[in-house]
Amino acid sequence: MRRREFLTQSAASIGGVLIYSRQVFRLSAQANQSIRIPLRFFSQAEALIIAAASSRIFPSDETSPGAREAGVAVYIDRQLAGPWGRDRYRYTQVPFEENAPAEFGYQGKATPQQIYRQGLKDLKGFHRLGPREQDQKLKQIEATLFFSLLRQNTIEGMFCDPMHGGNIDMMGWQLIGFPGPRMSNYEDVDTHFGEAFRPKPASLRQVTRGKVRPSEDLE
Amino acid sequence: MKTLPSVDVVIIGGGWTGLLMAKELGSRTALSVVVLERGGPRKTNDYGDDMDELDYTIRFRMMQDVSQETVTLRHDSSRRALPLRQHGSFLPGSGVGGAGEHWSGVCPRYLPDCFELLTHSIEKYGSKRLPEDHAIQDWGVTYEELEPHYTRVDLLLGISGKAGNIRGKQIEGGNIFEGWRSAEYPTPPTKIPYFSSMFAEAAKSLGYHPYPVPAATTSRAYTNPDGVSRSGCTYCGYCETFGCMIGAKSQPTNTLLPVIEKRKNVSIRTGAWVRRIVHDASENKGKASGVIYFDANGQEVFQPAGLVFLSSWTLNNTHLLLLSGIGEAYDPTTGKGALGRNLTHQVNFSAATAFLERPLNRFMGSGASGIMLSDLDGDLFDHSKLPFLRGGTLSARSARSLPIGEWGVVPESVKATWGPQWKKAALHYYDRTGRIGFSGEHLAYRDNYMDLDPVYKDHFGDPLLRLTLDWRENERKMADYVITKAIELAREMGAKDVTPFSGLQSYDATRYQSSHVQGGAIMGSSPERSVVNPYLQHWQLSNLFVLGASSFPQNAAANPTPTILALTYRTADAIVDRYLKNPAPLA
Repeated sequence: MRRREFLTQSAASIGGVLIYSRQVFRLSAQANQSIRIPLRFFSQAEALIIAAASSRIFPSDETSPGAREAGVAVYIDRQLAGPWGRDRYRYTQVPFEENAPAEFGYQGKATPQQIYRQGLKDLKGFHRLGPREQDQKLKQIEATLFFSLLRQNTIEGMFCDPMHGGNIDMMGWQLIGFPGPRMSNYEDVDTHFGEAFRPKPASLRQVTRGKVRPSEDLE
Repeated sequence: MKTLPSVDVVIIGGGWTGLLMAKELGSRTALSVVVLERGGPRKTNDYGDDMDELDYTIRFRMMQDVSQETVTLRHDSSRRALPLRQHGSFLPGSGVGGAGEHWSGVCPRYLPDCFELLTHSIEKYGSKRLPEDHAIQDWGVTYEELEPHYTRVDLLLGISGKAGNIRGKQIEGGNIFEGWRSAEYPTPPTKIPYFSSMFAEAAKSLGYHPYPVPAATTSRAYTNPDGVSRSGCTYCGYCETFGCMIGAKSQPTNTLLPVIEKRKNVSIRTGAWVRRIVHDASENKGKASGVIYFDANGQEVFQPAGLVFLSSWTLNNTHLLLLSGIGEAYDPTTGKGALGRNLTHQVNFSAATAFLERPLNRFMGSGASGIMLSDLDGDLFDHSKLPFLRGGTLSARSARSLPIGEWGVVPESVKATWGPQWKKAALHYYDRTGRIGFSGEHLAYRDNYMDLDPVYKDHFGDPLLRLTLDWRENERKMADYVITKAIELAREMGAKDVTPFSGLQSYDATRYQSSHVQGGAIMGSSPERSVVNPYLQHWQLSNLFVLGASSFPQNAAANPTPTILALTYRTADAIVDRYLKNPAPLA
C-alpha cells in the first residue's frame, strides 16, 4: 500500500509550498488558505527541502512568482512516484557504465527515485537555511546528476500542463505569455508582428472539457 | 508456435510506407493483405486531447518503447558500444502510422543530382575531391524517373507550397533551385509567422532566394485523389512529437487509413512484433516464406505469405534483416557484404540562435510553416575554394516552441544557469528568441555502418542493432561554413545577440537532430554493393521488398518523407504492373 504523507501548508510553514501570495501576484481571489497535499513519494521533510531548493533555482521575487508558488515540489513528487521515477522509460539492461562520455547520455544504474533519495541526504535541513546559505549549498552540488535532474524537473514543474501538479493556475505560462493548447491561431499567426499577443491561457482539460489522464497516473 | 493460414501479402510495420503499400495493393488488386504493427491501434481522429508537452515531447508518449528495444552506438570500431538508454538524437515512432504521426511535415524534394551523387561529383571535381574513406553511391534511379511519383505524393498529402520550377520555367517566390516539377503544389503556402517573415526579408536583402517551406500541415481544407478530406491548419503549434488534433497535418492515419479501412482484403494486426522473416534456401530457393511474430498476447505465430514487405522504421529494417540472416552482413575491413553499410544521419542543428528586440509570439505556427533557402544546398554554390563538398538548407520555422523545451535559452553573456539573474534574463528572452536551422547532407563513409551488438539484448533476448557512426571533416567544415552565413542572417534580422552552433564534435546521441536516419539496406545497381535493387526488391529473395529510408545510399540534406513515399509508389507500380504477372527479379 502506498505510504501516505501529507504536505500541510499554512502561513506558518516556511511560507508554504502551495501558499500563493495571491494578493501580490493577483492570480486568484483566495488568500492564505491551508491545503493538505497527499504526497506520493517524498516524506514531508523531503518535500519541504525540494520546495526550498527548486525555489532557489527558479525564485520568486517582488515582481513575479517562482517554483514555490507554482507547486513544483508537488509536480516532482508525482513524477518520481510515477513511471518516470521508476525508470519505466529507460533501457535498463546491464552492463551499466557510470562514467560514460556525455554524448551517450546517462548510462548509470540509479533510477530517478534513487538519485533523488541520495541527493536529498546531502540537503538535510536545507529548508531551514537562509537564502544565501541555500545558494552556497546548491553551488556545491551544481555538477551532480541530482542537481541537473532537479533543475530540469523544476523547469518542467513551472511550465507543464497544470494536470501534472505544477504550473498552478497556469502561473508559469502567464509569466512568459504562453496560452497553452490554443485550438486556433488562424486569425492571429500572421498579424501582431512586433507586438506581444497574449491570449488568456487555458489548460488542456479546460480546452478539451475532458478527463485527460497524465502519464504519472496511468501506470 | 501457431501457424496461421497463408495470405498473399504480409507487410511488416504500419507507418507511411507500409500503409501506402497496403492502400495501393488493397485498392488495385484483390490480394489478401495483412499489416503487422508492433505498436498499438490508432483511429483517424485520435488526437483531440494530446496537446501536453510533458507527456508527448519530454516523455515521448508516441515513440518506440526504448525500455524494450534500443540501439547501441560507438564512434568507431575500436571502441565498445553503449546503448542509447533514452531517446535522443532521433525519434522512432510506434503504433499505427509510425513516425508519420508525430512528424513536422516538412516536405521538400531531393535535388536531382543527389540520385547520381557519385557520378556527378566525379564528373565535376574528379575522384580526388571526394573524402578518401567515402562510400557514396548512385541510387539506381533518377529524378526524372521519380518525378511523376513525387507529384503523386504532393497530391496524396495535399502539400502546401510555391513551385519554383514548373517544367523548367523558373518562378520567383518558389525554390528556383528545385528540380523541375510537373505541376504547382496542390495547396498554397501556409501562413508565415513573424520570425519566419523577418528571416525572408533578411535573406532577400542578402541576395538569397527564400521560399515557403513545403508543408504537409496543409494550408486549407483539401480533398486528395482518393477522396480523403482534411481540414486546414490552425497554427496551434503542436506538431512535432504530437498527432494533429484536427488532422490538418497529413499522417498515415488520416491520409491512408480511411482508404484502407474500406478494403475488405486488407487487415491490420496491432501488437504484432515481427521477430524473423522466414526463408528456407533449400526448399524454396530465393523466396521468403513468411514471418514469425509475437502477437499482443505473447503467443508466437508463423504467418506464411507469398509476398513480404519490410517497412518498419529505417533502422529496424536493417535489424530484422540481420536477425533473420538474410543477405551478407557488411564487413568494413574487407568491404564485403552489403547489409548494414552506408549508415547516414542528417547534418541538423540550430546554426544561429537570434536574440531579438521585439516579441515574436512564437507559440503560433506549425511544424512546417516557415521560410527556407536552398542557395547553399547541394552543388548550387561554388565549392572550388571551399574545404568541403555539398551543403544544405537554412530555414526559420516555428517548430518546437513549447515552454519546457524552450525556457532558459539566453545569450552567452548571461553566465547563470539558475537563480534570479538567470530567471530575469530567461523571462526577457523567452519570446524574443528564434532559431535559424540547418539541414545538411551527410555523406556515406566506409566505417559508418550497422551490425549486431555483441553485448546488449532486446527484451526478447535478441542482440540490439549496433551503430558505428561519427562525423567526418566534410560535415564539420560544412557546419563551420554555414554557421557564418546563419550569423549574417541573424544580424540582418536585427539580432543584437547571436549564439552560433558550437560546431560538430563527435556524434552526440543526446542532442535531437532529426529522425532522418538512412542506409543499412541500400538500393543500387549491383548486388555486391546494395541490398535491394532500384525497385526495393531484395537481390537474393525476390518476393521480399524493403521500403523506407533504409534504402537510401546516403542522406541528401532535405527531409526524406516525400522521397520515401515516391519510391514506395514506384515499387507498388512495378509490383502491380510487372511482378504479379511474372514473380521474378525486376532488375
